[in-house]
Amino acid sequence: MSFAALRRPALKVLELVGVLLIASIGVFSLVVLLPGDPAVDILGGGRLPAEYAELRTELGLDQSLVTRYLDWLGGVLTGDLGQSVVPPQSDVTDRVMSALPVSFETAALGLLIALLIAVPLAMWSAYRENSAADRIIGAGTFGVLSVPGFLAGLLLIMLLVNSAGLFPRSEWIRLGDGDLLGNLHHAFLPALTVALAELAMFTRVLRGDLIVTLREDYILAARAKGMNPLRILFTDALRPSSFSLVTLLGLSLGRLIGSTVVVEYLFGLPGMGTLVVNAAGQGDYPMVQGAVLTIAVIYVVINAGIDLSYGYLDPRTRRVHI
Amino acid sequence: MSISDIAPRTRAAFPPPLLTALTLTAVGLVLLGFGATTAQLVTPVKAAIALLGLGTAFAGASRLGRIWSGPGFDVVFWFGAGWLVLLGLAILFAPWLPLGEDRDVASTVLEPAFATPTFTGANPLGTNGFGLDLLARSLYGARSSLVISLSAVAVGTVLGGAIGMVAGYFRKSVDRAVGIATNSLLAVPPLILLIALATVLEPHLRNVALSLALLTIPGMVRLARATTMAYANREFVVAARAMGATRTRIMLRELLPNVLLPLLSLAVVMISVLIVAEASLSFLGLGIQPPEPTWGNMIAEGEGRVFEDHPHIVLVPGAFLFLTVFAFNIVGEKARGRWDSRSVKL
Repeated sequence: MSFAALRRPALKVLELVGVLLIASIGVFSLVVLLPGDPAVDILGGGRLPAEYAELRTELGLDQSLVTRYLDWLGGVLTGDLGQSVVPPQSDVTDRVMSALPVSFETAALGLLIALLIAVPLAMWSAYRENSAADRIIGAGTFGVLSVPGFLAGLLLIMLLVNSAGLFPRSEWIRLGDGDLLGNLHHAFLPALTVALAELAMFTRVLRGDLIVTLREDYILAARAKGMNPLRILFTDALRPSSFSLVTLLGLSLGRLIGSTVVVEYLFGLPGMGTLVVNAAGQGDYPMVQGAVLTIAVIYVVINAGIDLSYGYLDPRTRRVHI
Repeated sequence: MSISDIAPRTRAAFPPPLLTALTLTAVGLVLLGFGATTAQLVTPVKAAIALLGLGTAFAGASRLGRIWSGPGFDVVFWFGAGWLVLLGLAILFAPWLPLGEDRDVASTVLEPAFATPTFTGANPLGTNGFGLDLLARSLYGARSSLVISLSAVAVGTVLGGAIGMVAGYFRKSVDRAVGIATNSLLAVPPLILLIALATVLEPHLRNVALSLALLTIPGMVRLARATTMAYANREFVVAARAMGATRTRIMLRELLPNVLLPLLSLAVVMISVLIVAEASLSFLGLGIQPPEPTWGNMIAEGEGRVFEDHPHIVLVPGAFLFLTVFAFNIVGEKARGRWDSRSVKL
């Protein structure tokens, strides 16, 4: 690898670090917006002024904002996100680390389900363009896009859990406990809820690209040779049509994280969503800061990875940005 | 020759037969009404019947529409626009409509709790656990939801548009600073940013609207910047500059009219995103707090075991939320198709 080939990734990493630093300042300055005195919130009213002062010193609230930010950043860089201010004052890092795998599983499973359903649907829709099936799929996906995640989740619970009794409502089984089937059984419904919105988007985008690809002459040639339509779709048409889909995967990441958060809260899964929503409800700002910063780092790094991967997927985009 | 050159198979005759259209519409509406109100069947069957009815009614209505105003009639668009107009009127005149009590629990002690929708009488859409009227709550919920989203979009469009135009016109260091700022704002996923802000801000109308406005700014900045850059070197701008127009004049009189339409069509699309975001926030208990009704906190009332016994607690505000988001999506899609703005991520 020459210097020039490394230049773009290096610049990207530099920009990434800058963006993350600014984001960390933003996340930290939530404290500035905090109404009231954290010490009073924690201890409750009616204590001696000395007790409040002592707690403030303990929390480092008596120092300047810059010192506190640098302290916090130092902790963050060594993997210490601080202590929760709500009893039991647990370690933020521990809680985040135990919540992350649950969220990862829900999001990844949701994405997988979305792709597994979206690709065949889009193919059917594109292959029979303007047929009744195509129009029903089009209307259906447009409708699904207008259903917020939490509403979709509640409707699914109504249909599949309460009426049909197919799935358990909550009680998460951890992946590490060896009971893979039990885990999947519990994870399926939340993942399906997450998948719904993504699925609709993927289907629409892939259908559009496939229709353009299916008009190419080489597809006509393959048809004329009498090749099986399924084989044409999967081996000849899918790959050239999937570029927008890969782009969309990157764009939909933020929405994916958002819907995972809501769905976890809805199904009572012990993931990042439940963690951050409960912490926000209790005004537990160190927990919120730690969790939000973790999510931001993951989000920015994955996005940068997707950005860089375009160059390898499609050589035409390599020279554009420099 | 490609496949597109082959003459397409001709579709149904035009105009479609009036009788078929009327029958389809009527049958569809009857099925929809039956599926929505019957008490005999289990939920999945009811849902299936209602969906079937909806599909049939749609087919009938689009035929009727084509008879009435020629081919190319988009019945879904008119349905969406009609819903928005109806909702807007209902919100404006809500205080004068004969609605039940929407937030004062003390005055409804004697009212029936969890009354099911009957579509007639004093509580047409039923009541919640406190005997409060769901139709009134949905309408007042629509009020706060729309006031919040519309003002957030307005603030975001003005601020984001101005920043984006300045960045796109002056380029250089201004552009770089704006770029870093928007990227940093985008470093946190939208809903997470909202939750983080909700941790520290009092959840009243103005704060929720301002947090939502913050979400729309990056998209608006990017769109305004890109459009400004696309127009900044066009002949009419160069001509204005050659004639000695000031930078303010060029930006306001030459560039702004061209940037405005794409920005507005993005704004329409964003309204529905913001309605969903606001509803999610209230559903999580971090937005507008009860007793002030919003669709999100009304749906949250059905959480736990409540909506197993009383599905209408979730379905009524859910239907309002869905129809409104759907309508804005339809109208936004039209606007975007018309003025061809690029899709921007939020």
